[in-house]
Amino acid sequence: MINIFEVNETNKMIEQENLDVRTITLGISLLDCIDSDLGQLNRKIYEKITGTAKDLVAVGKKIEANYCIPIVNKRISVTPIGLVGGAACRTPEDFVTVAKTLDAAAKEVGVNFIGGYSAQVSKGTTASDENLIRSVPQALAETEYVCSSVNVGSTKTGINMDAVRLMGEVIRQTAEYTKERDSSGCAKLVVFCNAPDDNPFMAGAFHGVTEADAVINVGVSGPGVVKTALEAVRGESFEVLCETIKKTAFKITRVGQLVAKEASRRLGIPFGIIDLSLAPTPAIGDSVADILHEIGVEHAGAPGTTAALALLNDQVKKGGVMASSYVGGLSGAFIPVSEDQGMIDAVEAGALTLEKLEAMTCVCSVGLDMIAIPGDTTAATISGIIADEMAIGMVNQKTTAVRLIPVIGKGVGETVEFGGLLGHAPIMPVNPYSCEAFVERAGRIPAPIHSFKN
Amino acid sequence: MENTAEKTIITVVGKDTVGIIAKVCTYLSENGINVLDISQTIVSGYFNMMMIVDMSRAQVPFASCQKELDEVGAGLGVLIKCQRAEIFEKMHRI
Repeated sequence: MINIFEVNETNKMIEQENLDVRTITLGISLLDCIDSDLGQLNRKIYEKITGTAKDLVAVGKKIEANYCIPIVNKRISVTPIGLVGGAACRTPEDFVTVAKTLDAAAKEVGVNFIGGYSAQVSKGTTASDENLIRSVPQALAETEYVCSSVNVGSTKTGINMDAVRLMGEVIRQTAEYTKERDSSGCAKLVVFCNAPDDNPFMAGAFHGVTEADAVINVGVSGPGVVKTALEAVRGESFEVLCETIKKTAFKITRVGQLVAKEASRRLGIPFGIIDLSLAPTPAIGDSVADILHEIGVEHAGAPGTTAALALLNDQVKKGGVMASSYVGGLSGAFIPVSEDQGMIDAVEAGALTLEKLEAMTCVCSVGLDMIAIPGDTTAATISGIIADEMAIGMVNQKTTAVRLIPVIGKGVGETVEFGGLLGHAPIMPVNPYSCEAFVERAGRIPAPIHSFKN
Repeated sequence: MENTAEKTIITVVGKDTVGIIAKVCTYLSENGINVLDISQTIVSGYFNMMMIVDMSRAQVPFASCQKELDEVGAGLGVLIKCQRAEIFEKMHRI
């Protein structure tokens, strides 16, 4: 039987250490909405989403109340719109109407975000995908809830450098279109290598074509819980450190598993996966950087940080997989800058640079995330940064991503405020040397030799 | 009613005072909620109690029970929390 100490431990995690379920994400396939008539397409999409997700928010709130655990976000992911809209959308403007439909549907069912305004172009770009990508700046500027992602590379296909070049321009344009709001449109746009089909986290969530008609994916959180657990083992050996992280990750993931199963049962929609990510928020004590500090580095970015993060990421997975039979999505520690107060402090102290963040992405999920850079950074430089990050993902057979925000009109030393979970960020310097001749080359980077496993 | 053999944990935390257990138990008995187990400690002067109850025959829906226990707590100057037991079982048992 459960004892009072166990009950108190759980409630302390929730009340004092920011334990929460970060998101219940309902994946919805829109493949059956495909139509050559744009009006019909939009109508079918709206009806499918509002029909399938009508109880999502209410059920989420009920589960929160029953267990007294916050479920911070209820979200929807859909089939990449580059595929769904191909038959009807002839221009980028046509795609924008679909973005507005997604936005309206998200608003109607009361979710926090809807992801899947996406294109999968890891090897080549169809005309439809290109139209979608070119529509992204306007779509993100004119909608509130829509998130966009573009997969430009994979270990199996190599890197589509034409798409990487285009994304540099699209990120800049998105920044321009939303410059009145500190270029915050870019916070809803992510470029991937090896994007997973079942990621519940935004901005990169989409419902892959390998998925069923509808599925429930859950993202857990809990950096504060890990940090507090580690406070009790200061100075202990790596073995003790690892055991502590593993046990804590197990506990956190079990809560996610419970919520996922319960949501699945109540909604009558199959359970997909738990995403074992340590997702920080700007709240004090909810920081991955603070865990790194507790492991023993003065600031995130100090020598030892990459090793500490590698260890953390691995132990979270080892503890988490025991707690759920179906683990997927991104699963690891997130290191977004603006969403993590410890990371922000590290940047402000001069301890954390873009280059160190890049190194850190080699050993964790996901990538260069929520990093504000000067507004005068060129599209070619942004493409170069994307290419570097994609190469890390491609060669290491892992997911990597880039979510950069070139803040129009601002430079190094200034700060941007995105608000809410997106937090605020000091603008970080970017290497000033040109990569234009590299980025201008046409075509793709071939898949690495170790991808040929057949 | 959504309750079917629902094990629920009620926790009470606050300054110790006369009649906390009595008031909570009165509410539970009036609403057909069976107490399975009670444990209690005093942590640095604070009253700390946990009850395991069976709500399968409760005469009130879970949400109302949470709300009304909250009011009972407010009257006593303590915090009363009512949670389905699975969250603790899943977290602390393999």
